[in-house]
Formats: sequence, C-alpha cells, structure tokens
Amino acid sequence: MRKTIVKQNRYFDSVFLMLVARRIAAQPGIRDASAVLGTAANRKVLAAMGYGAGDEAFAGAGPNDLVLALEGEPAAVDAVAAEADSWLARGSGAPEGAGSALPEPRTVAEAVARRPDASVAIISVPGQHAAREARAALRAGLHVFLFSSNVSAEDELALKTEAAGRGLIVMGPDCGTAFLGGAGLGFANAVRRGPIGIVGPTGTGMQEFASLVHQAGSGLSSGIGTGSRDLSDAIGGLSTLAGIEALEADPATQVLTVLAKPPGAGAEARLRKRLDRCAKPVVLCLLGTEDRAVGGRVRLASTIDEAARLALEAAGQGWPRSLACDPGELRAAAVAEVGRMRPEQRHIRGLFSGGTLCYQAQAIFRRAGLAVRSNAPLPGMAELPDPHRSLGSTFVDLGAEIFVDGRPHPMIDATLRRKRLDQEGEDPEVAVVLLDFILGAIASPDPVGDLLGAARGAQRAARRRGGHLCLAASVCGTDQDTQGLQTQVRALAEAGVLVFPTAAQAAAFCQEAMLLLAERKEADR
Amino acid sequence: MTMLLGELLQGRPVFVNIGVRAFGDSLRAAGYDVIQVDWSPPAGGDVQLAALLDDLL
Repeated sequence: MRKTIVKQNRYFDSVFLMLVARRIAAQPGIRDASAVLGTAANRKVLAAMGYGAGDEAFAGAGPNDLVLALEGEPAAVDAVAAEADSWLARGSGAPEGAGSALPEPRTVAEAVARRPDASVAIISVPGQHAAREARAALRAGLHVFLFSSNVSAEDELALKTEAAGRGLIVMGPDCGTAFLGGAGLGFANAVRRGPIGIVGPTGTGMQEFASLVHQAGSGLSSGIGTGSRDLSDAIGGLSTLAGIEALEADPATQVLTVLAKPPGAGAEARLRKRLDRCAKPVVLCLLGTEDRAVGGRVRLASTIDEAARLALEAAGQGWPRSLACDPGELRAAAVAEVGRMRPEQRHIRGLFSGGTLCYQAQAIFRRAGLAVRSNAPLPGMAELPDPHRSLGSTFVDLGAEIFVDGRPHPMIDATLRRKRLDQEGEDPEVAVVLLDFILGAIASPDPVGDLLGAARGAQRAARRRGGHLCLAASVCGTDQDTQGLQTQVRALAEAGVLVFPTAAQAAAFCQEAMLLLAERKEADR
Repeated sequence: MTMLLGELLQGRPVFVNIGVRAFGDSLRAAGYDVIQVDWSPPAGGDVQLAALLDDLL
C-alpha cells in the first residue's frame, strides 16, 4: 500500500525531514518512507516511485508544503499517517540554549538582541528567502555564511557591496565550507589548527585541502569560503579579495592558499595583481586553467593535493610518503584491473558527491587529452544530455542543483547515488566506477556503508557477465572526523575497492585505465 | 556590535543559525555557542509580499 499525506504551509529543513523519514522507515511494516518539500522535482521523483496517482492534494503541493510518502503494510501505513504530526514534531537535537526556558528567537535581529556578542550568521533557508535573511544579518552586524544557493547575482553583488561597507564579509551564496576561529562551518572536517590559510569558492575543494593538510601533520589557520560565483566578473571577487586581505594580516597565517575554478578574465586579473603584492607566500590553484606566470611569491598548483603539498613546503613542512603519488604504481594498478575486463567494458563513470572533485577529475582527464561527458562540464567537455543517465564515459556531480532541489545533499543522503550506482552496475559497458566519499560534520554517519551494498551488487553483476568491474575511490576526511578516516578506508579496501589517498590520484588512476581501454580498443580494430 | 573579519579569524565566533538545524547542532557539539532562529517562510512563502512588508516596516 502506498499513501501520500500533504501538510500545507509546513516548513522543515531537508536534513530534519530525512531523519524523520529514516525513523519512519525503521517502523515494522513500513518498506519505504519519504518526507520532502513538495517541489516539482521531489513530486516527480515520488511519482516515478508510484506515489500520488490521482491524489489532488499531492498534485497541487508546492515548495512550501510538506509531502509524506509511505509504502508498506496497510495497518502500518495507516498508523503512521494517523500520527503524522507527532512524527513531525520537532526533535532534531538539543534546542537552543538547553537549560533556558526561552523560546527560540523568530528573527536574526531578535537573536542578536539576545546575544550581542554574536558574530556570524549561518543561513541555509531556501534560496528565494536567503537574500532577505542575509541582509537582515548584515544589518545586525553579523558576517554571513550563506549556504543557500539559487540567489541571484544581482542580490549577491548588493549583499557583498553592503558587507564591504560595514567591514563584514558574505561567504556565499552556495558556500559549502568555512573554517573560522577553529570552528568548521557547513560541511567541514575536523582538522587541527596550524599555519595555513585558504580562501576560495570551492566547498569540497576546501575540505579536501584541509583534510590533506591535517593528514600531513599540519593544520589550518582559517578557511574563508566565498561562494561559487564570487570570482565571476559579475561579482569581481569581492569576498575572495576581502579574505586575502584578512589572511595576509592574520598573525596565525604563514602561508595563503587560493583554490578556485577558473575565474572571469577581469576577476582573475584583479586576483593575480593582488596576490603579486601579497606579503606572505601564496599558493594559487585555479583548477582547469593552464598555468600562466605569476610574480612575487606565488606558486602554482594544478590539483588540490599539489596545492596542499606546496602550502606545506612554504610553511617549512614536508609531504608524507603516505600521500605521495607514484605514476608507475598507478599505471601498474590500471594494467592489472583492465586485464580482467571483457572487451565491451570501455566506459568510466564518476559518481561524485563533491562538485569540485568532479571538476578536478575532468581537468585531469582533459590534460591527458581524454573526453568525458558531465552535467557540470569543464570548457571543452560535452554536456550530459540527461543528468539522470550516463552516456559513454561520464562524470556526474550529484550535488548539482537538479539533484538537491528540496532534498539533502548526497554527502548526507546517499539514496540517489546508491540508485545511480545500481544503474551503472547493470550497464555491461562500464569498466570503472569512480567514487568520492566525504566525511565530516553534517555528512552521513557512514558514507562508505551507505554505498557498500550497491558496490558489491555492481561487482557481482559484472562477474555474472564474465567481466570485472573496477571500483576506485578516495576518502576526504581525517582521523578526528566522527566517521573515522581509517575505518572508512578499511571498509572500502575489504570490499575490493581501490582506495587512493587523494581525489586527484584516484582520477589519475582512472585516466591511466581509460588510456589502456582506448589502447585496447585500438588494438582490437 | 560588529566584529571585523580580522578579529573574527583570531577570536571565538558566536553563531546565529537560520535554516538547517544540523549546522547549529554540529557547532554546538563542538563546543561553540549557537543561537537557533525558529525560521519559517515569511508571508506564507510569498517572496514579493514579504519584500513589500519589509518596505512598509
């Protein structure tokens, strides 16, 4: 039995709803449960699962309405439906100021009136409301970490200009990660403090950088996120430049790193000019751009792990052997894997939860003259016609807007990535699946465990066809993350997954495998 | 009271969280002070009406 319940004008955040759905799904007699906002994308997914046929309330639900979808034994479904409100009663962790009897403030201004020493607003409301809340935060004297996406460039420019006038910074919109005063904001790993500062728009890029710096024995002074569009010419790098200014003046920062995707031409010129006159050593990594000469104390990196290595060197620290890459070993591993595959296995499928890691993998492939399709293509790579279906060799960013509209990011909720992995496992032409696993605060308590069943299923399906599916992965995280880096790596290795110490190395391995597959195809002709 | 970015990097931030509660929960678990705002879409989710009300107030 399937049933949908619509609660009009009930707002809950998507992470809270996912936890509610998980608790309901664990009830005896319930086989499937979803609790989502009634966005068009969510209704489409539910309809494809067989929910809501002929249900007018479901068809008319909107992004401000809650949809609860249940499948299971009729008695169990009816029991949950009858108690829907109590399932949705608040209860995600301790309320603000545990021990205080005060109700939570309803506005930013009320919150600041209660705590005049508040300094940073973290805003993750739906995009259409985000600029309003960010403006209120700036006017209350707060720096803004703006996780929400779907904020217009016009609003972004206005917010950042207002922030600059007030001596504040807006990190975002679409800012995934920051490290401020020892605190990790958004998706952030547990890293020790140290001499290396980083600024830039890349959420998972910053996580990978911070984790590698930690694994190498050093630490971060601060990490200033800027939002994915900051270095476009429309915004002109306002937050990036403010971040550079602050890190240059910060006594705890010895080395400054800028990690970004390719900026607009004007913004890049301003950025390089500013870095040229930086008083501290700088590492600049613009993923997917060809290296161009930079003056002063700027060193160039083409991958995130190279940026971390150069930053450590500039701070007078070495790069451990455990993180180093031996191209000969990558090639040998690829030869061993490809040798076990059937002739029709020729495609690589990268299923990324980290957008920057998807971008970096494409940059690595492009440098080797290899093409992939992607829903977030680098210049020169083809756009994937249907993001939900791979075609040829494909790198898909599952954190892209189309996959997260009204539902949690794949780092939190693995459902869509698991289904996509099932799909790839059924395709006899798939040779290699590349996966990233991101640990840290907010992320799933067991990112590897979420996908292991699907990974084993895909491997079995390939074996039944007489072939061998190669699974390659990297894990972004530290020993201090609650998921435990070593625990996650071990679980992958035990399942026969090849685990590489950095995302760039995992992509470089796939590059070697793809070159071998291409050579094999050529030899067969 | 506004804290400049340089001071923020050296100090210990106090957070106001608006939206996904898990962001505040994780900071609180790490020992930081967080004030959670009990947010719901303004003007029943009507963005234009909310902007109009903002202008009036």
